[in-house]
Amino acid sequence: METNWAHLGTSIGASFLASLVECVEALTVILAVGSVRGWRSALAGCAAAVGILFVIVLILGRALLRAPLHALQLVVGILLVLFGLRWLRKAILRAATLIPFHDEVTVFEKNTALASSTGSNSDTGSNSDTWDKVAFASTFNITMLEGTEVVFIVIAVGAGGTGMSIPAGVGAFAALIVVTVLGLILQRPLSRVPENALKFVVGVLLSAFGTFWVGEGMNLQWPGSDWSIVALIICYLALAGAMVSVCRRFAHFA
Amino acid sequence: MQTLKAVLREVTGLFVDDGSLAFAVIVWIGIVWLMFKRFHVPFPGGNVLMIGFCAVLIGNLIQSTRRISRKPKDRFRSGA
Repeated sequence: METNWAHLGTSIGASFLASLVECVEALTVILAVGSVRGWRSALAGCAAAVGILFVIVLILGRALLRAPLHALQLVVGILLVLFGLRWLRKAILRAATLIPFHDEVTVFEKNTALASSTGSNSDTGSNSDTWDKVAFASTFNITMLEGTEVVFIVIAVGAGGTGMSIPAGVGAFAALIVVTVLGLILQRPLSRVPENALKFVVGVLLSAFGTFWVGEGMNLQWPGSDWSIVALIICYLALAGAMVSVCRRFAHFA
Repeated sequence: MQTLKAVLREVTGLFVDDGSLAFAVIVWIGIVWLMFKRFHVPFPGGNVLMIGFCAVLIGNLIQSTRRISRKPKDRFRSGA
C-alpha cells in the first residue's frame, strides 16, 4: 500500500506538471495561428496531431508491456535522467539569471507576425470557414513537437512499474484539459504560468524518477525501498536550490 | 518529411542539450554498473548512483556558469 502511494502521487504530479509546461508552449503558437489565420484549420491541425500521438501511445504502450521489466527500467531510467537533468540544468541557469527566461508573450507576438506574413489568408478573401494549409501545418507541427515530449513523459513515468501508465496518463490528460479550458476562457498566452518554476520542479521529479529506475534496472539496493523516490526528490530539490545561489555567486566572481 | 525530421530533431533534443552532461551521465552509469555488477562493491548502490549524478550536475553547472560569464555579450541572447 505504501509503495502505491509513493509511486502514484509522484507519477501523477510529474506527468501533470511536465505536460502542463508543454501544453502551455503549444497553446501559445496555436492561439497565435488561430487568431490570425482562422480557427477551423488551426484546430484541425491540432486535433490531427493529437490523434496521431494517441495512436503512438497505444502502440508503444502495448509493445513496452512485453519488454523485460529490468531492461525497460534501465533504458527508460537513462532517458529520464538525461531528460530531467537537462531541464533542471536549464531551470537552475535561468533562476540564476545566467540565461533568459522563456517569454510566452514574445513567442506569441513572433508567431502572430509569422502567421500574418506567410501567404495571408485574407489575401485570398478566405476566412475561418475555408481550409488554410499554413494554419493546419503550423498547429500540426507544434502539437506534434510538444506532444512528443508529453508522450515520452507519460511512457517513461508509466514504464517503471505495473499499472503506472494509468496515473501518468491521467496526469497528462488533466494538464491538457486545464490548459485547453484556460485557453478557451482567456484566449491569450498563459504568460502568468511560472514556467521556469514548473520546469525546475519537473526537472527535479524526472531526475529522481530516472535515478530510481536506473538503480532498479541495475538491481541496485535502495534504502527505504520505493520510498527512496521521495528522498531522491528532496535531495535533488535541495541541491538545485543551493546551486541557484552558487551559480549566481560564481558568475559574480568569474 | 520535414515534419518527420523536425520530430526526430526534437526527440534527440529531448535528451541531449549539453553534450558533455549527457556523456558524463552515461559514463557514470557505466562506472556504477562495473562497480556493483562486476566488482560487487559493498555499498548501497542507489546512494552511489545518486551522488554521482549530483556531482555530474554540479560540475556541469559550474562549467556552464564559467562559460556564460566569460562571454557577457552572449548572455540573454538565446533561451528556447
